[in-house]
Amino acid sequence: MKNLAALISGILFGLGLALSGMTDTSKVIGFLDITGHWDPDLIWVMASAVLVSVGLTPLILRRARPLLAASFSVPASSGIDRQLILGAVIFGCGWGLFGYCPGPAIAALPLGDTGTVVFLLCMILGMWLSQLPVGKPDLTATTKQS
Amino acid sequence: MMMLFLLGRVAGISGIFWAGLVGPERSWRLMFIAGLALGGLSAYQIVGLPLPTTPQQPLWLAALAGILVGAGTRIGSGCTSGHSVCGIGRRSPRSLAATMVFISAGIATVYLTRHLMG
Repeated sequence: MKNLAALISGILFGLGLALSGMTDTSKVIGFLDITGHWDPDLIWVMASAVLVSVGLTPLILRRARPLLAASFSVPASSGIDRQLILGAVIFGCGWGLFGYCPGPAIAALPLGDTGTVVFLLCMILGMWLSQLPVGKPDLTATTKQS
Repeated sequence: MMMLFLLGRVAGISGIFWAGLVGPERSWRLMFIAGLALGGLSAYQIVGLPLPTTPQQPLWLAALAGILVGAGTRIGSGCTSGHSVCGIGRRSPRSLAATMVFISAGIATVYLTRHLMG
């Protein structure tokens, strides 16, 4: 049942991403290109997704528990730290460079474009690299210094 | 929203994807990822959405961007779906900050690569 729910949520999400144009890298780059030929379409996609989420999330979290699981498991919010900002900067650079964030890249994978396959394989590599123990002491060290 | 309502989980794609590869409880995560691809496929095959007419970009660029997106989403604990959609929905100041930072970094990158360099 949980698997089915996850599958259907995924399908809806993928469908939405493709239909809204998020899987089209030139459209995403056009959206980020505010100093050139700015294509503001995707702002409506983001704004409506955020509005739905802002409206419904509190209603859902007010329930005692989710329908198919024992409890809610939402990220514990801690402060805005250096690691969050650093990660967001790195992610934003990659996003602007090619026009893919993780969801749209996965949704576009069945189109079989070589660029998408390379992007996703390297995304896994990047995720793996960031987990290496070598990177971690450095990050905590920089956080402590501040 | 459906994920939160049914499973009590935030639909952050980068997190689900990574934990689907290495984490515990992989099955629902892999189903979600499979659904994403299936949803994308049906938009093009069933709904009949025209294929993106994106000019072919060099593969080294795809590789570099992939590494940055992969590492950045892990270090910054989330991508567009987790921070901008789910996080702002939960009114998380962290997610709002992350969203503003990665959109700015994206805009800066496009400016650098498309206007100053190319």
